[in-house]
Amino acid sequence: MSCWQTVQDYALRSLGMGERLLPRENFTLCEQFTLIGSGLIWNVYFGTLALLAGFFLATAVAVGKGARNRLVRKLSEWFIFVFRGSPLFIQFFFAYFLFLSLKKHYAFFDPFTSAWLGALIVLFLNTSAYSGEIFHGALRAIPRGDIEAADAYGFSGWPRFRRIVWPTMLRLAWPAYTNEAIFMFHATTLVFFSGFPAWQQKGDALYYASYFADKTFNPFVPYPILAGYFILLTLAVLAIFGYINRRLNRHMPQAARRGIRFRPNLIR
Amino acid sequence: MKKVIATAAVMAFGAGMAWAQDVVRLGTEGAYPPWNFINDAGEIDGFERELGDELCERAELDCTWVTNDWDSIIPNLVSGNYDAIIAGMSITEERDKVIDFTQNYTPPDPSAYVALSKGIDLENAVIAAQAATIQAGFVADKGWTLVEYATPEETIAAVRNGEADAVLADKSYLAPIAAEEADLVMLDREEAIGGGVGMGFRESDEELRKTFDAAIQSMKDDGSLNEMIKKWEVASTF
Amino acid sequence: MPIRQGGRRRPPCTSGPRPRERGDRAIFSFCTDPSTLDTARWFACYLTTGKHANFYISFGTVLLLLAITAPTALAFGFGGAAAARSRFLPLSWLGKIYIAIVRGVPDIAFFLFFVIALDQAFEWVRHQVLCPGWDEPIRQGNDFIVCPEAKLPLGNAPQWVHETYGFFVAVLTFAIVFGAFAANVLYGAMRAVPRAQLETAEAYGMSRRQIFWRILVPQMWVYALPGLSNLWMVLIKATPLLFLLGVEDIVYWARDLGGTANPRFTDYPHGDWRVWYFLALLVFYLGFTRVSEIFLERLMQRFTHGQAFSGTGTGQAGMR
Repeated sequence: MSCWQTVQDYALRSLGMGERLLPRENFTLCEQFTLIGSGLIWNVYFGTLALLAGFFLATAVAVGKGARNRLVRKLSEWFIFVFRGSPLFIQFFFAYFLFLSLKKHYAFFDPFTSAWLGALIVLFLNTSAYSGEIFHGALRAIPRGDIEAADAYGFSGWPRFRRIVWPTMLRLAWPAYTNEAIFMFHATTLVFFSGFPAWQQKGDALYYASYFADKTFNPFVPYPILAGYFILLTLAVLAIFGYINRRLNRHMPQAARRGIRFRPNLIR
Repeated sequence: MKKVIATAAVMAFGAGMAWAQDVVRLGTEGAYPPWNFINDAGEIDGFERELGDELCERAELDCTWVTNDWDSIIPNLVSGNYDAIIAGMSITEERDKVIDFTQNYTPPDPSAYVALSKGIDLENAVIAAQAATIQAGFVADKGWTLVEYATPEETIAAVRNGEADAVLADKSYLAPIAAEEADLVMLDREEAIGGGVGMGFRESDEELRKTFDAAIQSMKDDGSLNEMIKKWEVASTF
Repeated sequence: MPIRQGGRRRPPCTSGPRPRERGDRAIFSFCTDPSTLDTARWFACYLTTGKHANFYISFGTVLLLLAITAPTALAFGFGGAAAARSRFLPLSWLGKIYIAIVRGVPDIAFFLFFVIALDQAFEWVRHQVLCPGWDEPIRQGNDFIVCPEAKLPLGNAPQWVHETYGFFVAVLTFAIVFGAFAANVLYGAMRAVPRAQLETAEAYGMSRRQIFWRILVPQMWVYALPGLSNLWMVLIKATPLLFLLGVEDIVYWARDLGGTANPRFTDYPHGDWRVWYFLALLVFYLGFTRVSEIFLERLMQRFTHGQAFSGTGTGQAGMR
């Protein structure tokens, strides 16, 4: 069977399209590359959606943590503490358990025990907590002068936040937030590994990699392939976030643009 | 990571006689009752513990037990971290290409289904299995709806909470569970998948494999193996 | 029936379907027959079984691993960062490639094959050094076979040596992975030290080496601390992956103890209690995180004492 044929059969296998049966003997490198790559679709799906949705909750939580209202502040602090203070793996366990119990009583929760929704929610809350902490740190680091200047120009409330505080916060937080994005994508490998069940052998990149490792009894081929894919994914994330970072800093003088304190977090 | 010993292959051409085989390390999973599990005292126990100890005694070998995660149990054997696998491992063609097995010490054990009620239409049911087991492969081949969990415990839980309609696993694993839990029943249908269970060795370790093979044969001959199988209810007898 | 190791007695084959010895090794005298006990005593017995002792010990294992891994990873990180900064190009590339590759790969994927590879690498090197006259191939089909003298640990070593070795391979793997993250943080911190400081040192006639050790290194810590603190938090939360490295950690035991216990195989049968065991783990991790936070905050205060440095959170990498 030619490699192109394999790609046609298995490129979308993780979504349930193409050949139903996974290869079972005489595993070729092509099959391993194709299927593990197919699984990567799920990693990208989880990572991208969790980050996009998490971005907004993170902003809210960051503002909440600095709020004057005691209740709002405490709620945000506890949210961040619980999700940052416990391993993701345990969060998956409890979420799955919770969704199962809810499902028994309310039909509304039926889809929540599937990875595509249930795991996404956990990852979304998780990244919100981590990013919230980063954004909170950035909010505290905004130079007083910027805020005072905004006040002097008559900004207040929402416009001040939208036009002054928020962009500055993003600019300061971006290098660390880039790191968070990378780790979010890495964390998606836990979904099927120890969190949610895989239906009809539709899994993520790690699921297929361990499938091959288990069938060939040789971990030295599939896992390095998986690693290779993730290095590419990381590079892509870095490129996108680097582009946004340049946009966020484009008004800054050249020297200051390079002078973000933890810039190398981004550049590596 | 558990490391190993002077192998029989080494002894075969005499290079390492000074390192004569003092300890044979037996690798098991420790999470698959009644085959092998960790008892209340925190020790490895079960059918295979008893069998392994008896085999070592008959072969006059000094043995020690190590546990290893199921997923990496073969890679760690060929890498030399222990000398034998004795972990309820069915003799399959796939595995036989990578490692060598002794003769089987239990006859082929059928796989069985456990569900909440007897009247299940398997073809249209959701069937749970542990990921990367022969049972998971079987359900996938049939084209039925397969849902895979990381541990056997979770497959049972899935049936109990309605995520899956039935679970397919080794009969010996399901029997005590179905016997104990009132809400779970075993279906009459059984699947003859997998061969008998044997001990696995590195392909280069022919000497050691033969030693254990002979010990198993002697247990088969004097009937003590059947006794042990009956006692632990792991399979049918020879 | 004598048996070779450990003095573990085996029940005779005729003892019926419950082949364990009741209540052996129990701490309390009343644990002989748990099925007759009231709730409080039952739990007293249940929570003091040998299996639970293993569970408690594994908490110590995890703490010990963290205690050893943290400085080791820092050393790797320091080496990586110093290499990446090097003016000698190949060394600089080496440092940068180490940081980029290890950081780019999810830690699970790394753990799943790296330990075996590391172990084989050690044995291969020892084999080359110790057994020059060996003419058998090391790779025989799927098998990896080195001469007995090169085995790690040696074949006749007792079990605890094997376990200790396994533990240190796990530490080393963790250190290599987290060393890459530490290198990234330290590399950033080194570049965050104001240039003027280094230029002044140059003006005073210090050599490159002197500038590095006397000016750069002492000053970089304050910039590195937020990132390193965060890394420590991530390291804590990576410990559930330890069982992938062959170390029986708290998650391994929580899973095993929490799973449904069938009366055929235990004196303490119970249903699916995983929730309670995982709850205990959750409390442990949250508590440990809190303690770490307080400690690191104090450390930061001490570091920034008398310095015009606002300890902002911007250096905090978000990881799990």
